Amino acid sequence: MSDGNQGGKLKVVGQRPIRPDGVDKVTGRAQFGADFHLPGMLAGRIKRSPHPHARIASIDTSAAEKLPGVKAIVTGADFDSGASGEVEAGEGHTAIREVAQNCLAVGKVLYVGHAVAAVAATQPEIAAEAVDLIEVTYEVLPHVIDVEEAMAPGAPLLHADMFTKGVTPKPDNPSNIALKSVMGRGDVAGAFKSADVIVEGRYTTAAVHQGYIEPHACVASWGADGQSTVWCSSQGQFLVRALVAKILGMPLSDLKVIPAEIGGGFGGKTTVYLEPVALVLSRKCGRPVKLVMSREEVFLASGPTSGSVMDVKIAATKDGKITAAEMMLAYQAGAFPGSPVHLGCMTAFACYDVENLALVGYDVVSNRPKVAAYRAPGAPMAAFAVESALDELAQKLGMDPIDLRLKNAVKDGAKTVYGATVKSAAFVETLEMVKASEHYKTPLAKGQARGVAAGFWFNIGGESSAAVHVDEDGGVTVVSSNPDIGGSRASMAMMAAETLGLPIERVRCTIGDTTSIGYSGSTGGSRVTFATGMAVVQAAEKVVADLKRRAAETWGCDLAMVEWADGVATCADPSKDAKPLSMKALASKSAKTGGPIASEVSINAQGAAAGFGVHLCDLEIDPETGRSTVIRYTAAQDVGRAIHPAYVEGQLQGGAAQGIGWALNEEYVYGKSGQLENASFLDYRMPVASDLPMIDTILVESRPNPRHPYGAKGVGEVPIVPPLAAVANAVSHVVGKRMTSLPLSPAKVLAAMAKG
Amino acid sequence: MSRTVVNATVNGEPVEFLGGGGQSLLDALRDELRLTGSKEGCGTGDCGACSVIVDGRLVCACLMLAPEAEGKRIETIEGLADGSHLHPLQHQFLEHAALQCGFCTPGLLMASKALLDRNPDPTETEVRYWLAGNMCRCTGYDKIVRAVMDAAADLRQAEKPR
Repeated sequence: MSDGNQGGKLKVVGQRPIRPDGVDKVTGRAQFGADFHLPGMLAGRIKRSPHPHARIASIDTSAAEKLPGVKAIVTGADFDSGASGEVEAGEGHTAIREVAQNCLAVGKVLYVGHAVAAVAATQPEIAAEAVDLIEVTYEVLPHVIDVEEAMAPGAPLLHADMFTKGVTPKPDNPSNIALKSVMGRGDVAGAFKSADVIVEGRYTTAAVHQGYIEPHACVASWGADGQSTVWCSSQGQFLVRALVAKILGMPLSDLKVIPAEIGGGFGGKTTVYLEPVALVLSRKCGRPVKLVMSREEVFLASGPTSGSVMDVKIAATKDGKITAAEMMLAYQAGAFPGSPVHLGCMTAFACYDVENLALVGYDVVSNRPKVAAYRAPGAPMAAFAVESALDELAQKLGMDPIDLRLKNAVKDGAKTVYGATVKSAAFVETLEMVKASEHYKTPLAKGQARGVAAGFWFNIGGESSAAVHVDEDGGVTVVSSNPDIGGSRASMAMMAAETLGLPIERVRCTIGDTTSIGYSGSTGGSRVTFATGMAVVQAAEKVVADLKRRAAETWGCDLAMVEWADGVATCADPSKDAKPLSMKALASKSAKTGGPIASEVSINAQGAAAGFGVHLCDLEIDPETGRSTVIRYTAAQDVGRAIHPAYVEGQLQGGAAQGIGWALNEEYVYGKSGQLENASFLDYRMPVASDLPMIDTILVESRPNPRHPYGAKGVGEVPIVPPLAAVANAVSHVVGKRMTSLPLSPAKVLAAMAKG
Repeated sequence: MSRTVVNATVNGEPVEFLGGGGQSLLDALRDELRLTGSKEGCGTGDCGACSVIVDGRLVCACLMLAPEAEGKRIETIEGLADGSHLHPLQHQFLEHAALQCGFCTPGLLMASKALLDRNPDPTETEVRYWLAGNMCRCTGYDKIVRAVMDAAADLRQAEKPR
């Protein structure tokens, strides 16, 4: 195996080649979810609930059915009512029945935009007209939007059969609290009693959407023998296959899912909304059906991530050692259980070595769209509270905020509150590099302030497959099992090229459908470069071993005498007159040495190392409008080793930008009637180019991951964890008081400044 | 839902298609002409993924009715490269890794071309404000802005008399 610590010898890894799919993506040739067209294809449209909470008394489709051009109409009754069990999705498990009921409501609608029926017709206009002709009779029920109101006794209940899990004995009455998650250690009460300093506060964040620019889209085609095909953009073709097949009660082998290019996901495409509906429509009429969400539908009925309410209390000694912390986290789950509050509890203090900890999390349903994973699910909100409280602690102690974090930073061997042992962590180095950076040393102008914050994410490994095929001319095709959401074809091809000793231009990478490559978990959890990359390297190593065997046979020499370097086999045995054999030479004679040269590897990758980030945000505020402007930003991260540094930088920059939006602008705004009032890009304000400065990056590569052949750690999620607090801490310093409620919209900041 | 015959020029070639019934230019490009490089991210002119150039002017194709294209000269992402020779903007987007998922990229490239067509030497601020109508959720815009500035420099270099 290649040595992860020998970075100096690497020829391809660490370079910045053009991605293999680049030209397709700058010329408009790349095919995304909505770009497929099949002969005879119908246009689908979904009927959605206008009410936040209502019982469905009846659905009358008779008028819609009579409209010429309408070919199929379906409701929740068309799904397999026996669908049950769980599927590994994104970064947690998801219950099939709830996914099905989120795709098409059964019995009740639970949020505005909840799907109740769907139509397939020959033209989109006809489908839209038919949707209007479907008569749904509702008995409107009281609704609840706010997380604390949903937790209160007497709140309208979403699920009469939901009793809070994690509480013993089982509660007598149902509740909107799906889960109480408790973790901790040590003597928290004792540590607070003997503390020199205590900081405490209540922090809140709003629900925010992943904001991928590509709306959900798919085409589904049912075969008369049951064998079916779905084309869709998702973060995992195998996940889509599992969910759709189980919802429709069909064997996995009868469903082929072909991954389209994916126009962003950030976790939001680790579930299904349209695919089972399109396939059941196709089953009804025998023609392919395309379903595409509008942007309004994306806001109403997909994503977002949880809004939260958190109480945090931290005890420390006067020299800045954190001795204890207590935290309550209540996260919105949306209409069905499954907020990432458990992950919030696990990550809240993961950057720090704290002896005494008590965390309690609540997963709370309310009449909002069901949350989906969003980049480091659950961690950014928790880090907002903790990193804000630490900023306040540093102020109280008169300590440099980086020194405070250095004093408490986890090092290898530390035990996390969830029981794992910290390994290969470069958090201390990351803090030190930020402290030594030109940015941190640059003085601020009047009216400006600087925020510092850190963040942690686990990163995962898991099941992945990859194949390496040697072409007859000595070039190589890599088949990856994961949709390429941010340039992973490049990193896969680079790791294969490095292992095989080929120039990067001789290696191409494609993404396999569910029938052409072994199983893989989704593109999520910052796992692809680590786990699927490991499968690629192992497949390439098998190919190298095979090539060496073929060379030894050709020369009639001992296998141990064959060396492989730079894509060429050489013979170290001086007694043989053996001319070096290139990849090309060996490939062209493969029929004489055992047939085609190829290898496929399926693994369950272990040893993903956690990542740490530290961000700096300089900001100023217009005193007349309260608008914050980020004027300088640096994102530093412990990345193990960057396979393609430009795409790693891109992850840091993109995560920072999303976090800045979360901190300053983005929020789901609800009216009293339970309507989402800003379901458009005009009113849900994501950062645009003129809102941001350049985002500087520091890639900390001092601790390559020893469990990965080239030292890679996951990098995609960590960078959205620190920015909420980095921004909020800077705003707090300008305003002169602690800002505890996101987003820090101009109105909120102006009000805080006015109060002085 | 009456539809009318629309004659226009797309990427230098005369085209004829049926448009109407509230159909946008974007729908016509994608569904009638099968030029799916222009993307729909919002349908309300907020994200810029459908940016095309009509008679030299940058427009969101989702906000223009298909019949309004009658007699117009339309440039889309499919016509940005000169045959198999990439435009300097396309080249610099690749060099800078200025795309991750690539969905906003066609719109950003067309918007950037419209900028450089009228301002060959934009400042960073001018680039940022011109591109403020084109959302990218992946990159944080840093590499996009750099790619556009470098492409502008490439184009200026190519224009210089030797």
